[in-house]
Amino acid sequence: MDPIELRLPHTLQRPQATSNHEPITHSTEPIVTGTSVVAFKYKDGIMMAADCLGSYGRMAMFRNERRLMAVGKTTLLGMSGDISDYQHMQHTLENIMTQEYDMDDGQRLGTKSIYKCISKIMYNRRSKMNPLWNSYVIAGVDSGEKVLGYVDLIGTTYESPTIATGYGSHMAQPILRKVVEGREDEITEEEAVKIIEDCMRVLYYRDARAFNKLTRAKVTAQGVEITEPYSLETNWDFAESIVGYGA
Amino acid sequence: MFRNQYDNDASTWSPQGRIFQVEYASEAVKQGSAVVGVRSKDHVVLVAAKRSPNELASYQKKIIRIDDHMGIAVAGLTSDARVLSNYLRTEAIRSKMVYGRSLPVGRAVSAIGDKAQTNTQEYGRRPYGVGLLVIGHDDTGPHLYEFNPSGIVSEYYAYSIGARSQSARTYLERNFANFEELTLKELITQGLRALRDTLQQGKQLDTLNTSIGFVGKDTKMTILDGEATQEYLDLLDEEESAAMETE
Amino acid sequence: MSSLLSHEIGYSAPIEVHNHGFSPYVNNEGTSLGICGEDFVLVASDTRQSNGGYSINARRSPKAFELSNRTVIATTGCAADAKQLVEDMEQRAQYYVHKHGREMSTPAMAQVLSQLLYTRRFFPYYVFPIFAGLDAKGKGAVYNYDAIGNIECVSHYAYGSAAALLQPFLDNQINKAHQRGADTTAKPSRAQAVKLAIDAFTSATERDIYTGDWLEIFIVDSEGVHKLTRELKHD
Repeated sequence: MDPIELRLPHTLQRPQATSNHEPITHSTEPIVTGTSVVAFKYKDGIMMAADCLGSYGRMAMFRNERRLMAVGKTTLLGMSGDISDYQHMQHTLENIMTQEYDMDDGQRLGTKSIYKCISKIMYNRRSKMNPLWNSYVIAGVDSGEKVLGYVDLIGTTYESPTIATGYGSHMAQPILRKVVEGREDEITEEEAVKIIEDCMRVLYYRDARAFNKLTRAKVTAQGVEITEPYSLETNWDFAESIVGYGA
Repeated sequence: MFRNQYDNDASTWSPQGRIFQVEYASEAVKQGSAVVGVRSKDHVVLVAAKRSPNELASYQKKIIRIDDHMGIAVAGLTSDARVLSNYLRTEAIRSKMVYGRSLPVGRAVSAIGDKAQTNTQEYGRRPYGVGLLVIGHDDTGPHLYEFNPSGIVSEYYAYSIGARSQSARTYLERNFANFEELTLKELITQGLRALRDTLQQGKQLDTLNTSIGFVGKDTKMTILDGEATQEYLDLLDEEESAAMETE
Repeated sequence: MSSLLSHEIGYSAPIEVHNHGFSPYVNNEGTSLGICGEDFVLVASDTRQSNGGYSINARRSPKAFELSNRTVIATTGCAADAKQLVEDMEQRAQYYVHKHGREMSTPAMAQVLSQLLYTRRFFPYYVFPIFAGLDAKGKGAVYNYDAIGNIECVSHYAYGSAAALLQPFLDNQINKAHQRGADTTAKPSRAQAVKLAIDAFTSATERDIYTGDWLEIFIVDSEGVHKLTRELKHD
């Protein structure tokens, strides 16, 4: 097993406490944030997408964020929420996967194990009242079984054939439930791409923190494939007819 | 009482390059009654001859369950074994809690091996006076390991430790090549066959002194004592009479 | 800080007010019930998990679990806490087996659950468990708890978002409350209990937005734990 590839942190760093006299502070709000992650099961595995924007409040600050990553060979992780907390999680996971690799005993951490581990990290942090301000979507094929799970800053977990975080839970989830629910084993890759792009397009139109540059990924029994960032065709003709807002 | 001037503690070498304290600890293993471990492609079995300190006492426990997928057999100081088994049980539960997976057997044995090694290198410590056969079934199949007070751990197809265990090893060396395809019952019978060779003249295996433990694919760690062992002792006798007839 | 400053200089900028205090709890809603029979117990939960608002997290996220071959637990409240609590219970049961070489009895487990909840008296598990099993004599026992470990042994109980709908229904049907001249000593038969559970949840699904999707029924009898699954409305 190869060690997972890791980006160096290059986004905004949170200020550190500089002296012993300052009180210990815990995050009370996210700073640089990524918006929705959308994912669902299809015939061969799981399809997932997230856009590339790191928002600083309402400012579109970082426009080349990658929010999908592979953990090991057959697990895909998507994140929304605070990006520095995500980078902390990336380091933690890299350490775990490296340790596992170093054991060199033919054992591997499957998607279920990684899901459980991330869930424990999230729940333990919330129990210390110092949460990692993220929602994670974990996907993979574990012993031939498709696994798609969610965990958030409280440690709430659930598995479902369709998952969408943040705004996606309001705008993409209804689309997914209609199109995917009950058809998880029928949808072809081609159709899955179309479905997820439709969801991302809707989100781009309506979620003010969304962005028209995204990465899409699939995870199958063969492993994880994450696309390079790309853009969707959009049509803003209707904007012409909107009158009465601003200029 | 000293055998020589280099055996006061485990942190002193003899000029011949030996650590006598560690060797004495390995002698303690031979004080305990024999235990035998045998493995097939799906199962792994422990059998042990229990001893009773005197007629008024009960028989010493020889096989200890660690988890649903793992167990150990003890030769030597039972009290030291209890310390090690408590540690293994905690680690097994931790693995289940954090990763949702059974503790890989090899790693469990390495962990107690490291503990034992520490006792052979730090001044003021005493090596464990116990040898273990560790059996378990994990993602990479069934395993049989030997743990030794020196901290050396090795994996085996079949092995025996404890008093007069050389006789059992001789039997195993001649027969282990055929164990791979055996059913669980046949495997247990082979284990008992080897164990019987370790008994003193005039002693035999019966429901009081026999202990059987096994685990495997779709078989949780099970320990049989007392009447439950009769079935397998009968099989041993049947095999015996069958062998007599062919002669 | 900023409000103080703006007061001093008599100027108020249109600042965005953040009120992002972190709350470690979420009520994931849903409903659980337990019914005690003579030689069996029944525990039922729906499997819908909500996010505390109008969103459904998952249609199939069970909150009732088999703890041993003679005990089951049903939860409601914060799903994250419930999961941890159930794992704690499993761990305690495992340690008991290691220590004593046999499984913990139902009353012992009921007591352990109370203790686990009370250890978190000042940062409670936001969970309202119903614990049920057979005692040493093979008789059914249903226990309910509050979030900090107050324990009560009852003939039936309902917890969760539709508890207020189910409890009076069960009081009436099982304890024969408000039925003049009815035999109040009779315990429900197994078939009656299953029917009551199904009717209770089907009706609750109609009136409670947080209850629905699937119903899981666990029945514990001398043979072990039996599980039934039934579809509820998905709306």
